[in-house]
Amino acid sequence: MNGIDLQQSFVGLLTGLGLTQGVARAVWMPLPMLLVVLVVTVGALASTWLERKISAAAQQRIGPEYAGPFGLAIPAADVVKLLIKQTTVPAQSDPLLFVLGPVIVFISVFLSFLVIPFGQNLVISDVTTGVFLVIAISSIAPIGLLMAGYSSNNKYSLLGGLRAAAQSISYEIPLALAALAVVMMSNNLSTIDIVNQQAGLGILSWNVWRQPIGFVIFMIAVLAECERIPFDLPEAEEELVAGYQTEYSGVNFMLFYGASYANLFLSALLVAILYLGGWELPFPIDRVAEIFRIPESSTIWQIVAAFLGVTMILLKAFAFIFLAILLRWTVPRVRIDQLLDLGWKFLLPIGLVNLLITAALKLAFPVAFGG
Amino acid sequence: MVMIETKAERMVINMGPHHPSMHGVLRLIVTLDGENVVDCEPVLGYLHRSMEKIAENRTIIQYLPYVTRWDYLATMFTEAITVNAPEKLADVPVPRRASYIRMIMLELSRIASHLLWLGTFVADIGAQTPFFYVFREREMIYDLFEAATGMRMMHNYFRIGGVAADLPYGWLEKCEDYCHYQLDKIEEYEKLMTNNPIFRKRVEGIGRISKEEAINWGLSGPMLRASGVKWDLRKVDHYELYDELDWELQWATEGDCLARYFVRVREMRESCKMVLQCIKQIPGGSYENLEAQRVLGGPKSEWNSPEYQFISKKPSPTFKVPNGENYVRVEAPKGELGVYLIGENNVFPWRWKIRPPGFINLQVLPQLVRGMKIADIMAILGSVDIIMGEVDR
Repeated sequence: MNGIDLQQSFVGLLTGLGLTQGVARAVWMPLPMLLVVLVVTVGALASTWLERKISAAAQQRIGPEYAGPFGLAIPAADVVKLLIKQTTVPAQSDPLLFVLGPVIVFISVFLSFLVIPFGQNLVISDVTTGVFLVIAISSIAPIGLLMAGYSSNNKYSLLGGLRAAAQSISYEIPLALAALAVVMMSNNLSTIDIVNQQAGLGILSWNVWRQPIGFVIFMIAVLAECERIPFDLPEAEEELVAGYQTEYSGVNFMLFYGASYANLFLSALLVAILYLGGWELPFPIDRVAEIFRIPESSTIWQIVAAFLGVTMILLKAFAFIFLAILLRWTVPRVRIDQLLDLGWKFLLPIGLVNLLITAALKLAFPVAFGG
Repeated sequence: MVMIETKAERMVINMGPHHPSMHGVLRLIVTLDGENVVDCEPVLGYLHRSMEKIAENRTIIQYLPYVTRWDYLATMFTEAITVNAPEKLADVPVPRRASYIRMIMLELSRIASHLLWLGTFVADIGAQTPFFYVFREREMIYDLFEAATGMRMMHNYFRIGGVAADLPYGWLEKCEDYCHYQLDKIEEYEKLMTNNPIFRKRVEGIGRISKEEAINWGLSGPMLRASGVKWDLRKVDHYELYDELDWELQWATEGDCLARYFVRVREMRESCKMVLQCIKQIPGGSYENLEAQRVLGGPKSEWNSPEYQFISKKPSPTFKVPNGENYVRVEAPKGELGVYLIGENNVFPWRWKIRPPGFINLQVLPQLVRGMKIADIMAILGSVDIIMGEVDR
């Protein structure tokens, strides 16, 4: 189960060049961070491109076509446009909170990627409280939304900010409960251990089979956390113009926009890690190695396996993103009271029951439910 | 003991005239208590263009190009009422072929209007995609209009005593193709929307109007029929040749947004069938009254003289609206579209009062949204189906 350890080889390389252990580690440290930020940004940009293309396909349009091949350069064009645009701060607003709001949202989303693994050792930091950390950090984002809504000096923004807060609070709990059931099965909060616990039998050992109810709850709650149709009430265009983003333009708007897609990417990765076996392939890859008599420790095999793993997790994540986008362009929006009803009166009790069932099954069948 | 009391400040929020779902330039001053609507006051007049006053110094022919700007989504109906009013006042007969052409145009226009309503209504409650589907079909209706009238929206096609031009060769076959296609597509919309649980939850039981209320508020069209009143001017007034077609009045009893949705969707189906029947039954002959008179009168007809033969066989630009007054109405997609016309034997009408269905139907909005949520304003307003061009005139 030990994949390649890039850190060790990198540090080993540098110490070989005569640097001390400490300096070598310090040189290493920013590299994975930069890489993950890059991957997240690209993932978010790819999601915006997918959003345009898939919505276009659903609506019998073509979508972006001229900016690069298949319009692939359109996200870059978006970014450039938003960077060039003037950033306006409305009169009578609270300028500090107004600027701080999107920053908090943006940072909190990007910070969550700290514990998202793309492979056995492809993670910035394997925190033992990984899942807890993600859920804790994701609760910070609504504060930013509330700040934005309050400081904009606009009634639509205020309503949007309040809706965002109400929605986040009511969907955080089912989300945490669903994740808790998974944690209970793997006896661990670490994201890497959760994935490892799903290895062995390929697709059969994925959590989605052992946690079908939790999977559905998690999907719904995560969609609500991402504020996408059918749960995009905080920015409901037809009602609140643009909700808390109404007064934002230029870079500040880009932070919101980018954060929302990065959040979608994050949620998709979480779904993949918690329920779809993370970077595991649908068939146990170790067996394949055995069949072809490839020693598991050989470097080439390690690289191939790591590559396949990253591909797999991205594939699973983008499958979820595809689903979310398709859903967004298919269904109408729920009303605020229906949204809260669904959260408090349906998902929360079901989540609790799911937790109980998981605990009971764990006691009854410790083999299958990680006793 | 000190009680902790929470009191929410009421918020007055100004929706419109520029707001994504105000159907143009409607302005609602909404008083909110949290998410609940306490009060709602519509403000009108942002699109007022003095349509009634303009009519008073235009001849009917001169005025015809203006009228498509009342309800710019059901354009044929505005033209129909503009020619029907003086026709009825001056007793101008309409040849059968012209009447059939008019019926085809009117029903196609009704489908176009309901299609666009469907798109905006569903978009108002958050589903954007059907909007593109309905535009795909509406485009075909406009292609048909373009082929027959030369214009897609502002046709200027109806004339006193008939229509401006006969249908081009092959047009009826195209139209028949379109109707069959449209019937399939209506099935598709229903599959997509009718049983969608979120859609049902958003519209079922929302904006309920009882039968008595609907009558007392003077509602008309689908708004009235969805509340359980079987009232369709095509059946009631027997205008044009609607009696020669086999069709059923569409109505529902619930009186909520969903009932109005059903009534309109079924009306689209019915209209398709009516157009198909018209295509089968349309007779030959003249498409315009004076030409019909000429053929009827033989070589010695006064309409056979060179003046009419070569200069203006069409309805005269100097057509005089005779003395008298009358109220004429048609069943437009939005309801009863009427004109109260007073003539004083002049080329200009003395008074031209328009009864727009959207304006009357809109009155019921404040009492429907009171006590509902903000999001329901959009669902209810969408189901009322207003066009500000017609409300403000």
